[in-house]
Amino acid sequence: MSPPVAPSLAPAPDSGAGARRASFTPAGTWRPGGRYVLPLAVFLLLTSIAAAVAVGSADLSAADVLRSVGTHLGLPARPLLPLPDSIVWDLRLPRVLLAALVGAGLAVCGAVLQALTRNPLADPFLLGISSGASTGAVAVLVLGIHVGAGPVGLTTGAFAGSLAAFGAVLLLAGRRAVEPTRIVLAGVAVSQLFSAVTSLIVISDAHTQDTRGVTFWLLGSLTAASWPAVALCAVVTGVGLLVCWAAATALDAFAFGTDTARSLGFSTGRTRLLLFGVTALVAATLVAASGAIGFVGLTVPHAVRFMIGSGHRTLLPACAVTGATFLIWADTAARTVFSPQELPVGVLTAVLGVPVFALVMLRRTATP
Amino acid sequence: MTGWDATGGGRATRDGRDGGPHVAGPRPALLRADQIGWGVAGVRILAEVALTAEPGATVGLLGPNGSGKSSLLRLLAGLARPDSGLVLLDDVALSTLSRRALSRRIAVVTQQAVTDVEMSALEVVLLGRIPYRPRLAGVAAADVALARHALAEAGLAGFEQRRWSTLSGGERQRVDLARALVQEPDLLLLDEPTNHLDIRHQLDLLQFLSESATTVVVTLHDLNLAAQYCDRLVLLHAGRVAAAGAPAEVLTADRIAQAYRVRADVDTAADGRPRVRYRRPGS
Repeated sequence: MSPPVAPSLAPAPDSGAGARRASFTPAGTWRPGGRYVLPLAVFLLLTSIAAAVAVGSADLSAADVLRSVGTHLGLPARPLLPLPDSIVWDLRLPRVLLAALVGAGLAVCGAVLQALTRNPLADPFLLGISSGASTGAVAVLVLGIHVGAGPVGLTTGAFAGSLAAFGAVLLLAGRRAVEPTRIVLAGVAVSQLFSAVTSLIVISDAHTQDTRGVTFWLLGSLTAASWPAVALCAVVTGVGLLVCWAAATALDAFAFGTDTARSLGFSTGRTRLLLFGVTALVAATLVAASGAIGFVGLTVPHAVRFMIGSGHRTLLPACAVTGATFLIWADTAARTVFSPQELPVGVLTAVLGVPVFALVMLRRTATP
Repeated sequence: MTGWDATGGGRATRDGRDGGPHVAGPRPALLRADQIGWGVAGVRILAEVALTAEPGATVGLLGPNGSGKSSLLRLLAGLARPDSGLVLLDDVALSTLSRRALSRRIAVVTQQAVTDVEMSALEVVLLGRIPYRPRLAGVAAADVALARHALAEAGLAGFEQRRWSTLSGGERQRVDLARALVQEPDLLLLDEPTNHLDIRHQLDLLQFLSESATTVVVTLHDLNLAAQYCDRLVLLHAGRVAAAGAPAEVLTADRIAQAYRVRADVDTAADGRPRVRYRRPGS
């Protein structure tokens, strides 16, 4: 890059900045090797799914996994024996897929909320979702709420709790709910309220056994994975991610605040409300299926941003794939490291995630 | 030659027939604000403000802190709606135009308080092309060429990949202006664009604005620079227009004393424009 014509106007040229990051593509990736990151990540995700299903106390190979999956999909594969087949198809595969969906959904929700509120500390549970879910779950488990004839499931209770919390946040934020500061403050207040209610229920009425179950579930656990849960999460997360991706350009424009986004042609209030609603719904569905798995939604977006930049058209898909892969391995570790004892996956996401994140941060500081 | 090319270099053809950075005929807008009033939470900020910017003119908006300059600029940009009165762009009320239509005609440079954005200078400038892009489309190569060109015009060639967070205040100001220029506005609104700029860059910027074919409304604190470079001045005081007209009509010792509570001597410079010299308080 040659210096500008008028020397007096030319600030000290940033020597080699242009050359160092040469792999520019019009698609929106600016970083070195940016264009290879996504295909590579998708390949890694698919490999991870196959490998993670193979890992576990029952000895299975990746080939066994493929044979079982092939059989169930009606492909001409040699069937496995019933027991290993059931382990793959009924136990491990739904669990691994649920991990992938939860990881993908949480990471994207985190990225969207961070952009929308311009707050790097925003995470998918910003809007009171997780504390609402815990209140719902505890209420069902401890108080044994019944609707009609049957008991309400833990999942249903958690989902209802999250939506109630989000509703309370919107109510508290009032007519100007689309202002990020207001909705964040309302989220904090509602979270505190629901946490207090949860504690109240537990202290007043819980048996030790119940409390333990609730705690385990709240730290995040994918043990309850089933095909119906996978299907539900796939639909909600899939639609949610598409909506968010469609708003990628708007999210870019929000970086400089409401006025700039508006002057670039976006109806900022409507966009915010839509995205707050979608992320709340996705997060509530995922929390109901797996508990509030922390760390993924907060840090995966930052790590991915460090690597490929903050353009949301590439950032959001990259977050989805990275979050999915990350949670698959965290959950695999959670169920195998202390086997047969199982750890809450939320513990593992932090233990695995913090060093990775620290590494990315250090590297990033070294090369500004 | 200055870094800001006042002939309109960097403007792409509006219909995009040829994607390269070519000169297109600007279509400067006629801006009129008619008796507008505005308030926040019951506090009156602006009352009965009238303002006209002829096509291609550079209008300077003056006034002490809190006189309503930034608020007026937001209303002129269509970022907020006046409680009373109308803002008209080529005789069409802003409120009848869609946000997207507005974004292709009006570009705004607000006062930048944002420091922690993880975007490169080029990415920031490319934001200015969003109004011309289908909503789901990525960045086109032509837009990239245009953005690079605009950065070079702003004297920031070689800064493409520099992160916003590593730029100085003046560099940010110029990147943001480049972003507004690639928006190809018919009306350019700038809120204290000379902030953070050294004197050379201030002069270059104002020279560029005064020669630019686009209609410009710019808030300024430096009365002498405003007198030198603006075709018309509007002096706001307590949310009302205290004076409007040619620089010599607006910048009188009385008006300056009234609005700014500063005693000043005003004489006429060699170029026929008023020149303000301030007296030390108490002297």
